[in-house]
Amino acid sequence: MKAIIILTAVLTIISFVFDKKKTIKGVRKGMMMFLKILPTLLSVIIIISTILYLVSEKVLIEYLGKEAGLGAYLSAAIIGSVSIIPGFIAYPLASILLKTGVGFSVLSVFITTLKMVGVLTIPLEAKYFGLKTAIIRNALSFAGAIIVGGMMAIIYIYAL
Amino acid sequence: MKKLFKKYKFAIPVIIAFAIFAAYSYYAHYLPGISIIENNFWSFIKEMIFALPVMFILVGLFDVWVSKERVQKHIGETSGIKGVVLIMLLAFLQAGPLYAAFPVAYILWKKGTSAQNIFIYLSSASIAKIPMLAFEIGFLGIQFSLLRIMISIPIFVLVGIIMGKYFNRNNCEIKNG
Repeated sequence: MKAIIILTAVLTIISFVFDKKKTIKGVRKGMMMFLKILPTLLSVIIIISTILYLVSEKVLIEYLGKEAGLGAYLSAAIIGSVSIIPGFIAYPLASILLKTGVGFSVLSVFITTLKMVGVLTIPLEAKYFGLKTAIIRNALSFAGAIIVGGMMAIIYIYAL
Repeated sequence: MKKLFKKYKFAIPVIIAFAIFAAYSYYAHYLPGISIIENNFWSFIKEMIFALPVMFILVGLFDVWVSKERVQKHIGETSGIKGVVLIMLLAFLQAGPLYAAFPVAYILWKKGTSAQNIFIYLSSASIAKIPMLAFEIGFLGIQFSLLRIMISIPIFVLVGIIMGKYFNRNNCEIKNG
């Protein structure tokens, strides 16, 4: 993250040195785009924050653990799809889950859906892509994540 | 004002309701409310305040500096496998959550990137952001990360190709938020 901020600052300065007018136009354009999406973004964040509070670690372990069997994959896919947890929370959480007996393959379904499927951000995605495309993309990514998890499971069970 | 409400008919009521809820939580010391605000809401806002404006500035600069011809040539409809590799490398540098990639997708589309490559961009940015990768390896080990990435890439390139075909057949377009 820091690297991207520094990179952006450096690029903006270089751009400014080469062409003042163009740089101001570009930065202004970017900020206008940001303001335009801000209300939708804020509302999505509000909803996510509230849901995240309702789903505790205990609940996750119960649904994703060894006792859950094959259902663990489905739970992992569904929980991963509806929640949007930033990486700096998700990975420590995943390593806790691992220690409590959640398998690597279940975790890979969880992480893949977490990153690629965003049911709660569909309103945001729809603003850019249209509702239908957003839903199809999420559905396909969901299927893709299940396949990734299944292959990981096969590898972990038979090859490692 | 009315126009604004119409445009954000989903967002504005949610924001107003949350503002009232927040005010009430602090006024009445409603602990679940305070926890939602201070632990969850605030951590997202922090992430957003740093990640997003930076992404948008990059998008704006990209818009004024990079020509459509150049983008089309390298990652457009006829760019082939080279275009796929290039878009994936670009995606690995992306920062922030999935929704930070949407404005980038818009500007890439406006400049003539093929739909297929845009969907590959979205997936690749989620598969292996370089800054996040270090984090993942630290917590889950390099074996897990490498396996996950190597399996994910072909599957999500396929998803990108399917999405691209669907997108072109239905003459879809990507709008500016």
